[in-house]
Amino acid sequence: MDKNNLYNIPPFADDDRVDGLAKVTGKAKFTAEHQLPGLVYGVFVCSTIAKGVIKNMYLAAAKNAAGVIDIIYYLNCPAVPGYKPADRTKNPNARDYTGHKVFFNNLVLSNGQPIALVVADTFERAVHAASLVRVEYDKEVPETDFEKNKFNGKLLKNRGEFLRNEKDAWKNAAVKLEQEYTIPIETHNPMEMHATTAVWEGDNKLTVYDKSQGPKGVQGELARMFELEEKNVKVITEFVGGAFGSGLRSWPHVHAAVIAARKLKRPVKLTLNREQMFTMVGYRPYSWQKIGIGASKEGKLYGITHQAVSNTSVYEDFAEGIVNVSQFLYDCPNVNTDYKILPLHINTPTWMRGPGPASGCFGLESALDELSYQLNIDPIELRIINNAEVHPQSKLPWTTKYLKECYALGREKIGWSNRPSVPGSLKEDGMLVGYGMAVGVFGAGRGGATAKGILKQDGSLLLQSAVSDMGPGTSTAMVKIGSEQMGLDDNKVRFELGDTDFPSGPTQGGSGSATTVGTAVMAVCDALKQSLKEMAIENIAAFKNLKPEDISYENGKLVAATDASAAIHFTDLLKQSSKPELQVSKTSTGFAQRDKYVANSFSVHFVKLHVHPVTGVIKLKHIVSVADAGKIISEKTARSQMVGGAVGGIGMAMTEETLMDHRYGRYINSNFVDYHVPVHADVPPVDVLFVNKPDNIISPTGAKGIGEIALVGVAPAITNAVYNATGKRIRQLPVTPDQLIG
Amino acid sequence: MINFEYVKANSAQSASEARIKNGASQFIAGGTNLVDLMKKGITAPERLIDINALPLKEISLTPKGLSIGALVPNSVAADHETVKTKYPLLAMALNAGASAQLRNMATVGGNIMQRTRCSYFYDTTMPCNKRNPGTGCSAVEGYNRMHAIFGASEQCIAVHPSDMCVALAALNATVQVSGTKGTRKIPFADFHRLPADTPQLDTNLQVGELITAVSIPAHSFNKAYYLKVRDRLSYAFALVSVAVALDVKDGMIRSAAIAMGGVAHKPWRLYEVEEFVTGKPISKELFTEAASIAMTGAKTYTHNQYKIKLGKAAIIEALTKASS
Repeated sequence: MDKNNLYNIPPFADDDRVDGLAKVTGKAKFTAEHQLPGLVYGVFVCSTIAKGVIKNMYLAAAKNAAGVIDIIYYLNCPAVPGYKPADRTKNPNARDYTGHKVFFNNLVLSNGQPIALVVADTFERAVHAASLVRVEYDKEVPETDFEKNKFNGKLLKNRGEFLRNEKDAWKNAAVKLEQEYTIPIETHNPMEMHATTAVWEGDNKLTVYDKSQGPKGVQGELARMFELEEKNVKVITEFVGGAFGSGLRSWPHVHAAVIAARKLKRPVKLTLNREQMFTMVGYRPYSWQKIGIGASKEGKLYGITHQAVSNTSVYEDFAEGIVNVSQFLYDCPNVNTDYKILPLHINTPTWMRGPGPASGCFGLESALDELSYQLNIDPIELRIINNAEVHPQSKLPWTTKYLKECYALGREKIGWSNRPSVPGSLKEDGMLVGYGMAVGVFGAGRGGATAKGILKQDGSLLLQSAVSDMGPGTSTAMVKIGSEQMGLDDNKVRFELGDTDFPSGPTQGGSGSATTVGTAVMAVCDALKQSLKEMAIENIAAFKNLKPEDISYENGKLVAATDASAAIHFTDLLKQSSKPELQVSKTSTGFAQRDKYVANSFSVHFVKLHVHPVTGVIKLKHIVSVADAGKIISEKTARSQMVGGAVGGIGMAMTEETLMDHRYGRYINSNFVDYHVPVHADVPPVDVLFVNKPDNIISPTGAKGIGEIALVGVAPAITNAVYNATGKRIRQLPVTPDQLIG
Repeated sequence: MINFEYVKANSAQSASEARIKNGASQFIAGGTNLVDLMKKGITAPERLIDINALPLKEISLTPKGLSIGALVPNSVAADHETVKTKYPLLAMALNAGASAQLRNMATVGGNIMQRTRCSYFYDTTMPCNKRNPGTGCSAVEGYNRMHAIFGASEQCIAVHPSDMCVALAALNATVQVSGTKGTRKIPFADFHRLPADTPQLDTNLQVGELITAVSIPAHSFNKAYYLKVRDRLSYAFALVSVAVALDVKDGMIRSAAIAMGGVAHKPWRLYEVEEFVTGKPISKELFTEAASIAMTGAKTYTHNQYKIKLGKAAIIEALTKASS
């Protein structure tokens, strides 16, 4: 066997993704690709009204269609114990499930709500039979119009007010402005659509293949919902074809697959189609923001008032930290914020890449840009003038903060000195030229995780943890940490994930996987080294009288500090100790110094673009994204995350908008023809720069997290550049050519 | 399952006969639109007549003009040397349409036959006169940002989605069709219909008639430009598009052909504008006035009012680009 190719994969080229080849050659099995004996297929029937009561469901035609096995709906659906826990003696804190309870009753609370599951022997037959189900409703008038209701006090729910010193102090500043900013619903559209396959063994043991960002989270929820012991629920989510928050929780299709598989005593696979992705797995909520901001003539901020409203569903509250950025991103003595949510007859929103700050920074970073023109101060200078050296509220220092370094790196790379100070004054090849920038921020941190390490006689290290890798390259980063810690070649280290049989790992979200899992992997490596030293003392004559601290570990070798000739490679040590392998598990705990430090990742995005002076068509020319994300563990995958975030930001700024016809409370662009994600032609060259300075306070990995800051701030950088090019301020996303016609 | 019969036609005549024999049958070539319509439940043909084996894949140039077989893929036509050099407007329009993958599959005949992309037409839960005559038009009082500003009726305000057809309209193309009773030639302007009270009918083809070729007459245009304004830079339908072909000598427009896309139920030829600019020297003022003439009579709805301003801008820009 080729010793560089223990797992039959070609050797690494530079920074390649460890699972890249498997993914591009189709060897990687995604959730819907798992075929099981006796598998049957479930397809949802979805509501076509947004509010009302199901009066009748005519199922005969569907039941008689070829291959149909069962149709599950509210009248025949077995009860899901967790939806309404009757026995609260076991757990007095048990509460009714707040998410959509699938097939629970005959109420319709949103359009596209799953109301029946047709199960058939083939997917195609299930699709056809589902189309034959006729539903009669008692229709009621839905409320889906955000704009109409955003100030409707009868519907709004308060989600927190914040005040630092004086309220609405911006009004007393020398230079001030007040503006409103709107972001439409943006729908989760990863390439891989959500899918679940459920398999029961008897009535107490469940295996689920699920597209998820957190197998442990799915395991816990299914155990609660179906009153099972956690150890009897196995969740497998080995490969994920992109997820930006939609996989952070379990949606109705996960429950429905489990219900159907139990009822039919057969494995059931349920795959959502693209249209169903729009109504079932969350989205970035519609939001309205109003920002009042004031500064001295020299540009020192005096006051910020930041209000926001975002939508939720009528059955569940969803809130995110939209206004929080104004509380700490800049040094401002007087800040007040107010956030409300508006329940509408739409399914529940969820976290979407950079949740909270992505929306909030569009408001705040646009307002700052507007202020910079009023002040006639360069937007970067304005931000530097107001740089928060310590957290303005708690006065705590940041673990690390290299925002000023980001400005310096980015302004150089984009050619900021070419930026026209007067909007609309620079032309290039007949096109209006604009430069813009904006800051992104997101919480950094570290949670608890457990990892297992198995060191083998063949010189390989196998690491395991029950996390998922939705695309950031977690496996690759963990391999890099493992190989560096153990002094091994990358090809000898493998990281396995996506299976709840592995030690408990976190749900992947909030840019915390690298620090959280990485810390556990480092703890495992430390423990492995310690065990090897003890093993050497016990089994190898030359080490017999030494203590572990007298032995050093260098690139796989144990070396006695006092006698360099006493050295043994761990592979020989394992052989001579008659141990086929050495196995340890280690748990690391979360970031504990929250009382001493504030932890954030920062980014600054720079954009150069052209706007056609007559037709208003925007052509992005260059994006430079600079990240203060701590130590970069895996440069290629880190860069890919940043580029992906820039593309997501382009979508947010220029193309993405989920449109609803409020007469029907129904989306009219729930497909890839009409819902525009950016295509290659929209994406300019994206340069990614990292400050790459370790943050050793958050975690020993030195990392701070990249996923969110890659996107947060991109949209306002683009609209700020549009203003610089045209003098037209875009406060409602997305910006399309019709808004910029010359 | 909705089963359907699949037959392969070996001649245009047999294809037409098969089509007439079963009224619920349809021709299929690239299938890039028809398959979508079938998947969405908008159409459910009982029989698909595959015409891909027919000998309709030639592109030929004669002194009279260019002939393109109905089965020539869009990408092949766009890359064809004669098309690129003698009919650059058509090549530009073809390349502005859809995506590279779709252009590889879609045929010239199928492009002409594609149906509107109105969102309401595609959602079978909503009223639509084009899909279900008599149910009403959801777009008139709905979300109509993409919809028509010319030639619409209260029954339907959908637009024709093609880019290629806008160029063909400008270039006075003729659609060659064959049916059981023989062949005929339909001038492009008469091929597609305005919605009026029968929006379910997109074209004036008779049942059983099959497009065999498109011919474009020889012309004297020495300048051409196809401008498409859209929400993203590829794979998006036009907000508005403009096809311009000019014969310019010494700064004077000797003749002009201009059509717009994204504004009507069919490619919208601007005869009055053509007449207005003919014989006049190129100038910014001329183009601005031409744009105003072009937009005369436009009727907008709640969300497509921008199309008047954008339409003018696009005409000015297309004329400027073509004549420069």
